[in-house]
Amino acid sequence: MSIYRLILNRIASALLTLLLVSLVIFIISDLLPGDAAQEMLGQSATPEQVAALRHDLGLDRPAYVRFGDWVGGIVSGDPGTSMVANMPVAEVIADRLPNTLRLAALTAAFTVPLSLLIGISAAMNRGGRLDRVLSISTLAMVAMPEFLVATLGVLIFSVKLRLLPSITMVTADQPWGEFLRSYTLPVLSLSVVVIAQMSRMTRAAVIDQLNQPYVEMAVLKGVGPVAIVRRHVLPNAIGPIINAMALSLSYLLGGAIIVETIFNYPGLASLMVNAVTSRDTPLLQACAMIFCSAYLLLLLAADIIAILANPRLHNK
Amino acid sequence: MAYLEVNHLCVKADTGKTIVHDASFSLNKGEVLALIGESGSGKTTIALSLMGYARRGTHIAGGDVRLGEAHLKDLPALRGNRIAYIAQSAAAAFNPSLNIMDQVIEAALVHRIMDRAQAEAKAIELFHALALPFPDTIGQRYPHQLSGGQLQRLMAAMAFITDPDLVILDEPTTALDVTTQVEVLRAFKQVVKDRGATAVYVSHDLAVVAQMADHIVVLNHGEIKEQGTTAEILHAPKDDYTKLLMAAAEPTNRVVVDALVQPVPLLEVRGVNASYGNRPILKDINFTMQRGAMLGVIGESGSGKSTLARVIAGLVVPTSGEVRLAGDILPAALSAREQEHFRRVQIVFQNASTALNPAHDVAQILARPLAFYHQLKGEAAQKRLLALIDMVKLPASVLTRRCTELSGGQIQRINLARALAAEPELVLCDEVTSALDTVVGAAILDLLAELRRELNLSIMFISHDISTVRAICDDIMVLYQGAVVEHVRGSDFDQVRHHDYTELLLSSVPELRAGWLEERKARTA
Amino acid sequence: MIRSLPLSGKIGLATVIFWLLTAMFGPLLAPHPVGEFVDMDVFSGISSTFPLGTDYLGRDVFSRLLYGARYTVGLAAAAAMLASITGIGLALTAAVGSRVLDELLSRFMDTMISIPSKILALVLVAAFGSSIPLLLVICAFTYVPGSYRIARSLAVNLAQMDYVQVAKTQGEGRWHIGLREILPNMIHPMLADFGLRFVFIVLLLSGLSFLGLGVQPPEADFGSLVRENISGLAEGAPAIIVPAIAIATLTIGVNLLIDAMRGKR
Repeated sequence: MSIYRLILNRIASALLTLLLVSLVIFIISDLLPGDAAQEMLGQSATPEQVAALRHDLGLDRPAYVRFGDWVGGIVSGDPGTSMVANMPVAEVIADRLPNTLRLAALTAAFTVPLSLLIGISAAMNRGGRLDRVLSISTLAMVAMPEFLVATLGVLIFSVKLRLLPSITMVTADQPWGEFLRSYTLPVLSLSVVVIAQMSRMTRAAVIDQLNQPYVEMAVLKGVGPVAIVRRHVLPNAIGPIINAMALSLSYLLGGAIIVETIFNYPGLASLMVNAVTSRDTPLLQACAMIFCSAYLLLLLAADIIAILANPRLHNK
Repeated sequence: MAYLEVNHLCVKADTGKTIVHDASFSLNKGEVLALIGESGSGKTTIALSLMGYARRGTHIAGGDVRLGEAHLKDLPALRGNRIAYIAQSAAAAFNPSLNIMDQVIEAALVHRIMDRAQAEAKAIELFHALALPFPDTIGQRYPHQLSGGQLQRLMAAMAFITDPDLVILDEPTTALDVTTQVEVLRAFKQVVKDRGATAVYVSHDLAVVAQMADHIVVLNHGEIKEQGTTAEILHAPKDDYTKLLMAAAEPTNRVVVDALVQPVPLLEVRGVNASYGNRPILKDINFTMQRGAMLGVIGESGSGKSTLARVIAGLVVPTSGEVRLAGDILPAALSAREQEHFRRVQIVFQNASTALNPAHDVAQILARPLAFYHQLKGEAAQKRLLALIDMVKLPASVLTRRCTELSGGQIQRINLARALAAEPELVLCDEVTSALDTVVGAAILDLLAELRRELNLSIMFISHDISTVRAICDDIMVLYQGAVVEHVRGSDFDQVRHHDYTELLLSSVPELRAGWLEERKARTA
Repeated sequence: MIRSLPLSGKIGLATVIFWLLTAMFGPLLAPHPVGEFVDMDVFSGISSTFPLGTDYLGRDVFSRLLYGARYTVGLAAAAAMLASITGIGLALTAAVGSRVLDELLSRFMDTMISIPSKILALVLVAAFGSSIPLLLVICAFTYVPGSYRIARSLAVNLAQMDYVQVAKTQGEGRWHIGLREILPNMIHPMLADFGLRFVFIVLLLSGLSFLGLGVQPPEADFGSLVRENISGLAEGAPAIIVPAIAIATLTIGVNLLIDAMRGKR
């Protein structure tokens, strides 16, 4: 199979998964006990009134028609109307999405290089003291709940030292220093788990290659340790490392839910939590779909990079 | 003064276990020394320590290695420069992400011996010398595009790129088919001779070593048992272990008298074709095996010999053809077979480490077929268990063990006992001795011959090793690329005119004497 | 067995045992009933009467923590158990069952695994609510796909082993192969996976409670304790720090133990 066919296959399969995911989300949120019409009219409404509203909202149509409509709406950029805000879901989201993306981008920019550094140096030093220290500390970090990191961070940097704000303000023309100060704590809280996960997986991927016979061969040719990692290990570990990054970064999506709430950050994740508490189904569905698409997109990108980096697929 | 001198070398595992104990030997410039031994003998460990290298979890605990003026501590700096290494499995020792040329010339560039253009020219010259195909462009290829034999020769080019003083060859042909091995051996011998290199050749195969070495060092369990010139070791071995090795390497005839074979067909295979996806593996296989016979099936990797066993056992469904057992058709799919079909055909696999379920002890493993096929329980089952264990010559104490506590040879015996527990008519043995050391394997062959005589078993013995098959089977079938190219009675084997491929196989098996490689070359030229 | 664990593993084991005992016997040791207002002061610091201070309503944090352990540890353990058993059961069915069944199951699980666990849990909570039994099922359901994926790849690998092939040629049925030949060899690796899933579920559950979507008042797990005392953050009250640290010791302890056990094999 040519490399392009392979990539097209992967894209097609990701799209199919996304369609199935949307079906699952639709089915689950469609199972809501009591329906939106009842909810909106309250307990005192007569059955006729409820039926009329159901008809107006289109809730009396068969499920597959509503699913088709909904998917069509999402694809065309109109996933319905938010019941609570009483405005198009697209507008509500358009307000919040850039904030979450900014937070994620900052965290990625901070965690990726640091994790690579930690993971590779631990692997090169495997069994040594540095490796043991890094291994135990990342092991502890990986199991740390975000709100512990966040509350401790606030306690130390905001309450005791009064260095950083405990609420993250987003304004249009923040000066740079202000911008950095307000993002430090949320990025830090998100980063702890991501760094731990990413560096552990990077270490494992690098060690996996270091154990290969071709690395011993390179040692016996007199190649130095740094050159071995650069020339021999990294080209082979790139697939697993990229995959590790995608998986760890996808963790950001979940972590953001807690962190945005703690720091009162006007992002997509806190919007989704609001949608859950206010039972705003269209908004909830749309948020869930964005997070799932982001997750699938990350994994797809990792797969494609791994395919492109694999010389066995290149040189048929 | 000797050029290479190893003095009282000790290598230990970090846990304290001794791997090599007090090894001393020496070698003059331009000579080839062989380290020979079975798995766990410490031969590779010694070879690596000649470069001042110890694998993870081990360390050089004492003694010295001297190469010219350089001592143990100086050796790491000479790696890839004055000392070069050729690894066992070239397929694994080449980096899959780099092209061949980059890897072949890497050592020369790392040690700044020459610039890239010079190194590439030198590499191409070596490719020519090693008789590689497309020597001018093969460097641009990647490892996955080349065969095992080609990679092994490319690894020699990689070793000789810096004109090293000492070359270490670590089982360089073990992973190859026998017909490929001859070509590679010849290329190695030529290049070692032409460049006047001093070489250390590590192997478990005495016959191969006889072709390559001037001196032989025999190792067992990390200790040197005997050393001397090749002629001394081959013609007048003094140590008992060396004698044992020699005996196991010389094929002894274990064929039982023809009287055991009854003129009744037991297994009939008619027009069997099988494929994986679109790739045909078996092409129109037809043969008949008599009751009580031992049929040897020979083939190299990819010949379809294992697939044939799996078709008969029902694990692979053929695309066409039929298999009959004593006249009854064996349904192709497992799901269509009945209890009696299962009982009558038993299969024994090669790999000792995956042959027995590590979750069960030996008694549980053997009791299952007894209960399943023969409804034996309690006292009767216990008696039968002990009889089975005795049959494969193991002590009753193994019954309570799990396979993780047993050696490869013991596992293979339990494996046989499980098959015998069913009281089968036909036993399929798929490379049952290939993963074992020669001495252990020879004992299993003796056992097979004996069981056959006592239980009047019919055995299909699958192997890549033509000398083993000749020694033990009374019916020999040769598979080549999925087709039967020859099927003869063992007693007629020496008289008939063979198929070309069989001839090639026969002439490729190294003989246990010096000079065979040169004679063969003269013969085939 | 215990003696051969590295130090980090021993610490992990001790922490796990500590929390298990607390979950089982904690309420018996609590000096005050869980909902009782015992202090006029709110967010008071550590004192001899209140070893961990008091919370935003003047209740004893120590007592509330002892009660909360039952929810956090008990719910997570039950949910992890449910997730692992379901995952292993489905994986075995897929490994020895028909190809169509395997395809269908695997496709479904691939879909489920593409929904980030916190997102899936939020959607489920929105749809069904968050009573204690529902939370248990939601947490288990969320982590079945992960458990299934690991168990299936293990089972499929084991099914390729020669001893399974031999069992097939000996005419053993699917269920014998699944339960006697494959399952016993999955237990050990799946135990480590169970531990990981337990950690994930503790984090998910306390995350949900922290958001106010998990265990509902008057009941409280560690996550709810953090949530209800969030206003004490500005004064650095132990009422908010202690439950957060409790979660961390629990999850880190389990992780250390699993890691040490893996390293030994």
